[in-house]
Amino acid sequence: MYYQVKKIVVLILLHTFLLSVALSCITPLFWMLNASFKTDTEFRNDLGLKLATNPTLENYKTALTEGKLGFYFINSVFYTFITVLLIVVISSLAAYGFSRLQFPGKNIIFFMFLAAMMIPLPAGFVPVYILLNKLHLVNKTGYVLAMTNIGLSFSIYLLKTFFDQLPRDLEDAARIDGCNKLRIWWSVGLPLVSPALAVVIIFNSLNVWNEFVLASLMFTEDSLMPLQVGLMEFYNRNIIQHTLLMASLTIAAVPIILLYLVMQRQIIKGITAGAMVG
Amino acid sequence: MNSYLKDKAVNFSFIFPALLLFSIFYIYPFIYTFILSFQRGDGIYTSQFVGLANFKEVLLYDKDWWPSMFYGGFITLFALTFQNVIALFLALAVDKAIKTGKFYRVIFFVLCVLSEIIVGLLTRQILISNPGIFNQWLSKFGLGFFIHNWLDAKQILFQIGNVKITHALITTALVHSWKGFGWAFVILLAGLQAIPEQLYESARIDGARSHQSFLRITLPLLTPVIVLVCILTILGTMQAFAMILALTRGAGGLTEVPVMRIYNHLRGSQIGLACAEGIVLGVVLITLSFTMLRISKWVRSRWGVLPS
Repeated sequence: MYYQVKKIVVLILLHTFLLSVALSCITPLFWMLNASFKTDTEFRNDLGLKLATNPTLENYKTALTEGKLGFYFINSVFYTFITVLLIVVISSLAAYGFSRLQFPGKNIIFFMFLAAMMIPLPAGFVPVYILLNKLHLVNKTGYVLAMTNIGLSFSIYLLKTFFDQLPRDLEDAARIDGCNKLRIWWSVGLPLVSPALAVVIIFNSLNVWNEFVLASLMFTEDSLMPLQVGLMEFYNRNIIQHTLLMASLTIAAVPIILLYLVMQRQIIKGITAGAMVG
Repeated sequence: MNSYLKDKAVNFSFIFPALLLFSIFYIYPFIYTFILSFQRGDGIYTSQFVGLANFKEVLLYDKDWWPSMFYGGFITLFALTFQNVIALFLALAVDKAIKTGKFYRVIFFVLCVLSEIIVGLLTRQILISNPGIFNQWLSKFGLGFFIHNWLDAKQILFQIGNVKITHALITTALVHSWKGFGWAFVILLAGLQAIPEQLYESARIDGARSHQSFLRITLPLLTPVIVLVCILTILGTMQAFAMILALTRGAGGLTEVPVMRIYNHLRGSQIGLACAEGIVLGVVLITLSFTMLRISKWVRSRWGVLPS
């Protein structure tokens, strides 16, 4: 009896602790969403604490048109899509090569990719920016290429460890049937590593979508900016109207949160794998 | 022989695109940082060789570099203690209450997937003193004694030499920990769940109390993961800056972390200085993480825990 009471008390304490931390995470986000549906006067009265009874989409309209959030959003989608596509193709080719094929200098080159993940380069964006300037690549192409490189090391590492665990029988069978190496990579290798590919895609999408430093250096024109830079720009440009800002933050946050909720298993896998490399 | 070479060339072509990008955007910039750090100018149109002048400037003459390292260090220390201890407690709690563990994990991690800019601007909006949304909430809920200007950088709480600790700095550290704890939590939880259940069972059969099995099983086996989390926290926090930019805009230099300084120098066309600062910070970070690895190895061999 005593132990049961004790157990229940402990459980209640545990859940109070967990719930209060969970609330601290959720409340600001929910408040942001709620405030974005209010008019400015409504917001000033209740500070966004009461539920929006007659939600208005006016803020979203203003943010998307006058705030140019629509442009930024499309830019972000474009950069993310192209970069992740490049990362997937290039890194899976390389991972397949490192795992299955022989060529001189293989181990040294793989070690370089590994080392790149471990050596911190706090000012790495400085020489990259200067280099892009000298190559006249301070534009979409340069940004996408530089971002692709950032995602490569981790993706190659993850895919290579996955390839290493796979049996080679299927590939041997394909070779006997007369497939060349590229064909084997495409029709046998890629389908087999699709769980790891999902991790690579999600993880890199988040990274590119959330990237700020390089983008803010490279894009000074409104029409090229991705969301993160656009949000800062938007914030600097406007005398702050809370509800409008909350609407634009929501626009930037909602796709990521939805993606996270659907794919959270892959994201967490990517995070743990990324940490274990170090 | 010819077909042998051709075969190797085909094999090599699989990694060629990756190697090409890597050389242009990693290896070359890596070397280029050192070259640029000996130069002065904007690095694009004008640059002249100045020897070690930039390093001298950073290490000896620049009054603001070491304070900025301190501000970064302050936030890091906060993250190492406050954030990671809470994350550890949460991980232990969730590990126990495993039935609802997944639900909590989903919620705790949500701040980590949001961008630094979103979290920074959102918290700025809530905390900034005019009209002071957070403060008005506090007074509504009867917590009026907590009210203060959260992002204030004028009133100095402590001062050691050039280093000034303000509300803005403490708030930044708090918000940073709040955004980052979910990440530490996820890794610690993965570490906890990797500990085999049999160990606990046999300890229970041998009559171990729960605090005993925590001290003798959980803690030693979790040490490598804790060290890993600490190292990654140091590396991540010392290099964080977008969130701080969005939250305080540097608060007049009083929350200017090292990378923000590097960024500002790049914007101000002081490339050499930016690179020299980057190298100094990089060396500090590598030394720190290397030392921590050595210490953890020493501790583990001392405690007689198997290396993992």
